Amino acid sequence: MRQRTVKLLAASLLASAGALLAASAHAGKTLDAIKQRDQVVCGVNTGLAGFSAADSQGNWNGLDVDICKALAAAVLGDAKKVKWVPLNAQQRFTALQSGEIDILSRNTTFTLTRDASLGLFMTAVTYYDGQGFIVAKKSKITSAKQLKNAEICVQSGTTTEKNLTDYFKSINVKMKPVVFEGFEASVKAFFAGRCQAYTTDASGLASIRNKEAAKPDDYLILPELISKEPLGPMVRRGDDEWFTIVKWAIYALLEAEEYGITQANVDQMKSSTEPPIQRILGTSEDTGKLLGLDKEWAYREIKAVGNYGEIFDRNVGPTSALKLPRGLNNLWNKGGLQYAPPIR
Amino acid sequence: MRSKRRDWSWRSRAVRGLIYQLVAVAAITAAIWFLAHNTLENMRVRGIQSGFGFLTQPAGFDIGESIFAFDSADPYWKAFLVGLSNTLRAALVGIVLTTLLGTLIGIGRLSRNFLIRKLCTGYVELIRNIPVLIQLLMWYFVLNEWLPPVADALNPFPGIFLSKSGMSFPVPEWEHGHLVTLGGLALGVAAAWLYRRWAGAAFLRTGIPRPMFWPALAIVIIGALLGWVAGGSPTALEMPIRNELNVSGGGAVTPEFLAVAIGLSVYTAAFVAEIVRSGIQSVPWGQTEAAGALGLSRGQSLKLVLLPQALRVIIPPLTNQYLNLTKNSSLAVAVGYPDLVSIANTTLNQTGRAVECIAVLMTVYLTLSLLTAALMNWYNARSAIRER
Amino acid sequence: MDTALHTPVIARPPPAHHVGVLAWLRKNLFADWKNALATLTVGAMLVYWLPPLVDWAIVRAVATPDNDACRALEHTGACWGVIAEKYRLILFGRYPFDEQWRPLVATLLMVAMLVASCTRVLWSRWLIVAWIAVLAVFFVLMRGGIWGLTPVETARWGGVPLTMLLSTLSIAAGFPIAVLVALGRRSHLPAIRALCIVYVELIRGVPLISVLFMASFMFPLFMPPGITVDVLIRVLVGITLFSAAYLAEVVRGGLQAIPKGQHEAAAAMGLSYWQTQRKIVLPQALRMVVPSIMNSFISTFKDTSLVTIVSLYDLTGSLALALGGDANWRQFYLEGYLFIGAIYWLFCFSMSRYSQWVERHLNVGYAR
Repeated sequence: MRQRTVKLLAASLLASAGALLAASAHAGKTLDAIKQRDQVVCGVNTGLAGFSAADSQGNWNGLDVDICKALAAAVLGDAKKVKWVPLNAQQRFTALQSGEIDILSRNTTFTLTRDASLGLFMTAVTYYDGQGFIVAKKSKITSAKQLKNAEICVQSGTTTEKNLTDYFKSINVKMKPVVFEGFEASVKAFFAGRCQAYTTDASGLASIRNKEAAKPDDYLILPELISKEPLGPMVRRGDDEWFTIVKWAIYALLEAEEYGITQANVDQMKSSTEPPIQRILGTSEDTGKLLGLDKEWAYREIKAVGNYGEIFDRNVGPTSALKLPRGLNNLWNKGGLQYAPPIR
Repeated sequence: MRSKRRDWSWRSRAVRGLIYQLVAVAAITAAIWFLAHNTLENMRVRGIQSGFGFLTQPAGFDIGESIFAFDSADPYWKAFLVGLSNTLRAALVGIVLTTLLGTLIGIGRLSRNFLIRKLCTGYVELIRNIPVLIQLLMWYFVLNEWLPPVADALNPFPGIFLSKSGMSFPVPEWEHGHLVTLGGLALGVAAAWLYRRWAGAAFLRTGIPRPMFWPALAIVIIGALLGWVAGGSPTALEMPIRNELNVSGGGAVTPEFLAVAIGLSVYTAAFVAEIVRSGIQSVPWGQTEAAGALGLSRGQSLKLVLLPQALRVIIPPLTNQYLNLTKNSSLAVAVGYPDLVSIANTTLNQTGRAVECIAVLMTVYLTLSLLTAALMNWYNARSAIRER
Repeated sequence: MDTALHTPVIARPPPAHHVGVLAWLRKNLFADWKNALATLTVGAMLVYWLPPLVDWAIVRAVATPDNDACRALEHTGACWGVIAEKYRLILFGRYPFDEQWRPLVATLLMVAMLVASCTRVLWSRWLIVAWIAVLAVFFVLMRGGIWGLTPVETARWGGVPLTMLLSTLSIAAGFPIAVLVALGRRSHLPAIRALCIVYVELIRGVPLISVLFMASFMFPLFMPPGITVDVLIRVLVGITLFSAAYLAEVVRGGLQAIPKGQHEAAAAMGLSYWQTQRKIVLPQALRMVVPSIMNSFISTFKDTSLVTIVSLYDLTGSLALALGGDANWRQFYLEGYLFIGAIYWLFCFSMSRYSQWVERHLNVGYAR
């Protein structure tokens, strides 16, 4: 009796180990997996107004969020078919590496180390940013160079910490970083007056000043930008098809703005005779086939979230709560850096 | 005894035991192999770089507070060392404070005075039923919100500044005279030890008890004083000075450190108090009476009869609490104190080497725990009741 | 003849009052001069501190969710209005607002079940069945997806239900592991003993936060590609393994207190190892350590507050969620901390009282 139990136990152990190993033998391709589960799993920030933040109904909004929505529209035909995985700075890379998420769209800076050593690929830049400082106006500081011996609040787990150190080393000024684990803790400490300055990407500063400060006018964003922070989504290495899809899904949004295709006029544009517009909207060539999608992929994106300019204006632009100028993020032909390779 | 003949049937207990063990070891090995294989495979497929080589790379970030100089060009291992030293610093201060506070409250719970007894009971019941993380956050918030900004720092005593940036206090400026003072102190300690040996031997020989504690203390103090005078009695203090942006110079502790040290010691003191109370109560009243009957004074009976027995009950759980306090200091990360966990976290982010950083973290804490446990076993063996 | 007169010793004065207020005061507050001094010092401190505290907490406090009134106080009085404004976010985290009756019912069910488990007349096998049923209902209520309930993903669970879930499940799942490990640590099989010792000492040697980091950041790397485990489950497994190690030591303490004669008697009756453990040793050992098990439960309950560091929104995390993102109310964090502190305290204090009650009543037969 007991003998049989033990034998059974051993057999089931072996069998389950075998089953687990068999499961690990082949990993599904990302696109197939997405189609199969009918959902794009998108890693976003736990809460950064303008980029990714959930409202009290649990709906996610923001620039990073819209990229995922566009992607879901392109791949699955429905912008709502996204599962949001809010991640903190420490969790984000392992979540992507391990396949927990399909795409990391979480105001992540592109750097060499991240591109080359984390097993990840950067796709395309969705926001050109730079690191800056915010101070209380009553401190009468107007330049970062005045922050001698100052304590500067910073959130851990970002490129920000290193930039901060580099910058103050280069101008030969001493300062003391006060490093916090989470966004809320660091912001809370800054507004409580723990530090003389707070540093993060300029877009984040605007978000903090306009959304987090009780009186935005009491705070000043210093003019210095101390680093280049190209932000954009990342995907896992080893799946070139998916990498290409994400990249072109972003380029299509830029191309749409360049050729004046908007959320409102996209249906009329379908009857346009201009060749580039026909190519984007799939009325002439079938560009989708090359990507492994159907030919209306870009049309659905634009229909769902609008072109890049609309996304920008809605979430972070002058008409939004963040009131960020378009600046570097303008199209290349309007004095900015956003330049998409042609859809051809 | 059973016959030596090997019985390979299932009925043999030895065989069954062997099989159980084999199955258990095989299962654990399989599980570990499975996890390790997956991890390595994942890393290989994604091209994630691994290994501890990054520890010698320059860290590239600054650390807000450190007891020794740290520059962003220093390697990661040195950053870890800074984190460890910060953890130990918070833990040591916490241990001292919690022992004092806990002992007072533990004795207070046995006080004949109603007011003191109830207050101490209230303290224990209130503090130990609220998570330590919330207490830490609360202390930090209070320190941060209610202290003035550094520009108008409180100056309750000359040389002491208290503000949102922490507490600054004067420290003696280092001179060679201090070295001589330390030498004098060491000589004093040696002399005190010799005195105690002599007094102990004399007591055994003659039966006349001599005071052990106060003379020894006096010898140590006199030694240090002599050394200080011989070193030219250095008195220069480095005073903190108020600047336009902050207070500089002197010694300084940040509000993060204060919150961690106060929060941890207040929380742990509630547990220490209970340990002290049960330790004292564990000694039967008869022992006190017996000591009295032998003609021991109150001090003698405390020192020779009660404490040795109470301490035997107190020390093991007390060490456990010290260890808990050290482990709880990892929560410092929530209030922005750069302890080991915080540094490991930052490193994890900069390098992306999750496995290695967590491994370092766990190894360090494990080593601390095992060291304490070894020390504890040694003490237990030493202080165990010698049964004859 | 001895003619010396017998002179009696003068009688001592009658003892002072033994009863009455004065006697009580003398005995408890003014026994001698040291005692009197202590009473006066402590009394003076109370007189000095208490009125401002009452003033802050009650007299000047604002209880309505009126942000302007709260700000006008400038911290001279407590702003309990912050609780009135945010209590739903604090208690239930990001759970969809219109569906919050579900976590409320689920939590109440869980609390009722806890109370039931503490009631002696209800102790029977049915309790286990009831627990399984309640947990099932809890999950269905929280997760939705059937019976016409809208599905709510685990990422949006938060507040009290999450705290309850984490602590209850980790103890429930940790308990069998703990018993096995405790038995293993006292086993005569060296390999099994070694494994159990390594497990217990390894876990007890590291802080919970590092285990949580592992569950949250590293665990995905351990799994084969394509297999993902919900972060809530990962953290739950982490806390379970952690509390099981501590529970195992508690259970081992009980096992050690069972006299060797019991084992020998069981062996003499022809009981096998597992029969001995199940019928003889464990019932006695576990009964002895019920208070310590309760203490472990209290610790685990408090420890769940740490999951906020790995971005789960339990009670502590949801407070940060409620106040951290709102500039108007952010300065009233202290009131928020006091509020959730009071919730934790209520749970932990009643459990510790219960464990004292058990200690008095359960071991009556063993009391010497």
